[in-house]
Amino acid sequence: MTSPEWIENAPKGARPLAALRDLWRFRELVGFLALRDLKVRYKQAAFGVIWVVVQPIVGMLVLTVVFHDLGHVKTSGIAYVPSTILGYTAWSYVSATVVTMTGSFIVNAPLVTKVYFPRLVMPVGAVLPGLVDLAGGLVVTAGFLVWYHVVPTIALVTLPLWIAALAVIAFSAGTLLGTLNVQFRDVGQVVGLLVQIWFFITPIAYLSTLVPGRLAWVYHLNPMAGVLDGLRWSVLAGPAPSVSSFASLGSGLILLVAATLYFLRSERRFADIL
Amino acid sequence: MSDHAVELRDVSKRYYLGDHLGSGRNLRDVAASYLAHRGRPPVQVLWALRNVTLDVTSGEAIGLVGRNGAGKTTMLRIVTRISEPTSGISRTRGRVGSLLEVGTGFHPDLTGRENVYLNGAVLGMARREVRRKFDDIIDFAGLARFVDTPVKRYSSGMYMRLAFSVAAFLDAEILAVDEVLAVGDAEFQQRCLGKMSEIEESGRTILFVSHNMDAVRRLCSRSIWLEGGEIKMLGPTPGIIDAYLSSGVDRRGRRSYPETSAPVLLKQVAVIDAVGQPSQFLLRDEPFSLEVVYQVREPVPSLDLSAVVADARGHKILDEALSDTQGLGVAQPGTYTARLPIPPVLNVGDYSVSIWLGSAYEEFVWEEHALRFHLEGQTNNRPDRLLNLGLRWRTDNVAGRLRNEEHKPLH
Repeated sequence: MTSPEWIENAPKGARPLAALRDLWRFRELVGFLALRDLKVRYKQAAFGVIWVVVQPIVGMLVLTVVFHDLGHVKTSGIAYVPSTILGYTAWSYVSATVVTMTGSFIVNAPLVTKVYFPRLVMPVGAVLPGLVDLAGGLVVTAGFLVWYHVVPTIALVTLPLWIAALAVIAFSAGTLLGTLNVQFRDVGQVVGLLVQIWFFITPIAYLSTLVPGRLAWVYHLNPMAGVLDGLRWSVLAGPAPSVSSFASLGSGLILLVAATLYFLRSERRFADIL
Repeated sequence: MSDHAVELRDVSKRYYLGDHLGSGRNLRDVAASYLAHRGRPPVQVLWALRNVTLDVTSGEAIGLVGRNGAGKTTMLRIVTRISEPTSGISRTRGRVGSLLEVGTGFHPDLTGRENVYLNGAVLGMARREVRRKFDDIIDFAGLARFVDTPVKRYSSGMYMRLAFSVAAFLDAEILAVDEVLAVGDAEFQQRCLGKMSEIEESGRTILFVSHNMDAVRRLCSRSIWLEGGEIKMLGPTPGIIDAYLSSGVDRRGRRSYPETSAPVLLKQVAVIDAVGQPSQFLLRDEPFSLEVVYQVREPVPSLDLSAVVADARGHKILDEALSDTQGLGVAQPGTYTARLPIPPVLNVGDYSVSIWLGSAYEEFVWEEHALRFHLEGQTNNRPDRLLNLGLRWRTDNVAGRLRNEEHKPLH
């Protein structure tokens, strides 16, 4: 007689490896949750997918007028418009995902309290739907590249890497804020402010080269700074990321590990708190 | 090697009540609470389960009965790994499916088809598996025409049927079911129960929580009676149900409540028989009354009182409110006794009484299944009817009337 192995439920600390194995077993659920969010978002939107194209263009126009035309911000070596639309597209993905994720564990409370699944499924699934908008934004960006006669270099092959980095940042920040929000609902109020501050310290409407050399390391502690440098290098034939970008890599990895561990430690009590 | 499917060893679960470590607190509350307690542990602790040890044999259906808050749902949540025990260990062998609610994860904007796939994934089914069973699921729910309609346009009955169907086709070796049969119409409930029996006969293990004693009796050979988070009794179902029904309340059919600081509080609920004695066992053919003693601590405008009588399947038979027959003034502080005479209309069977006290703005008391009582007597071979009103038929001789009509034109 084949008897499946025992699965235990006992008070224990977070076990990241077991959590990852469990996540793999429930990988289909990740897809279904992401698909659900996508479908629901576009189900009754009359213009549906058009928004994916309109949003980055409008955002870019506003930033160009304010920063470039009025603020005389220059992006040396790269045309301002493609640089900004790329920055804005990347930023929109991260910020929108983080804001959604802040509330997502609470929104999913009926699920969490009624059925078992690896809780990690939720944040992992939450970073996926935004990728559709990101892809749309990148297509728009490509259009502007043609318009401005920008030809990417071979560095373009690294694009998937930078997209993955964006997803990791969104995952980390969103997981951290979402987990905090389960315990302290203040976080939901503060997240708007945090995202706004983050916007200004991220090189979206300007380039990170604007920051003086001595401060570059500190500036790049914002993981988004390094990733946007990399994106511009990859897509816009911009300068290669500076050495100080390693600060972004370091802080990004620390954020990822910290957020994941904090989540795994807290999720065991989600069903009791929510 | 044991042939157990579920093992609980010394499982305890602690919840903190109130604002201390509860839900949705904000930082100010935390700070305030910290200052108030100076880091001492919070005082309001609830042990939802206390040192529960249990073995469930593979292929067995086991019933969990007990009052609200006895720990039944907590136990299912621990077995299914939804929540983690505070101490002790719970082990399961085989795939576990939880049916703590029908339609978990259903999204109103998605169609029936999309929800079947989503719900299947939530319950742990692979997409392949759902695809293979899709037609069966839809057939069982009887919703073939509506698969591509968003479920928000479904009636609540259709919604429940679809939700149950998905879960019913889940191939879990262990199934934890909580009160899901309390929804849907009687016919569908019967079909669900039938399906559950089928699942049980196919060798799956079922942990079944219900207030519907008929269902527990039909499905489970063995039952557990939980009280205050502990196993009070464990054994063959009929004995457990009898013991449970004739307790929790005292035998005289009266239940008293401890003092609380609420502005309106329930002090006593009783079922009074035809000769004025509180009793849990009543004769079907005689009237009886419900007696509610409650205390009002501060003036409450429009304080309303309602008693709900539900049968063993959970159907509300009566829901009689004070406001149905009289205007509500401002309830002044004091202790009140309210009596509701009930004519002999209910059929033979087990019933529960729930009491609600509240106003249009606030609910003060909702005591579900405060009391249970049993009506004895003749069913006249019709045990399934809800009401036995003893209505009188009026019969006329048709032939006689025809003759009368024939005579009419002559007058």
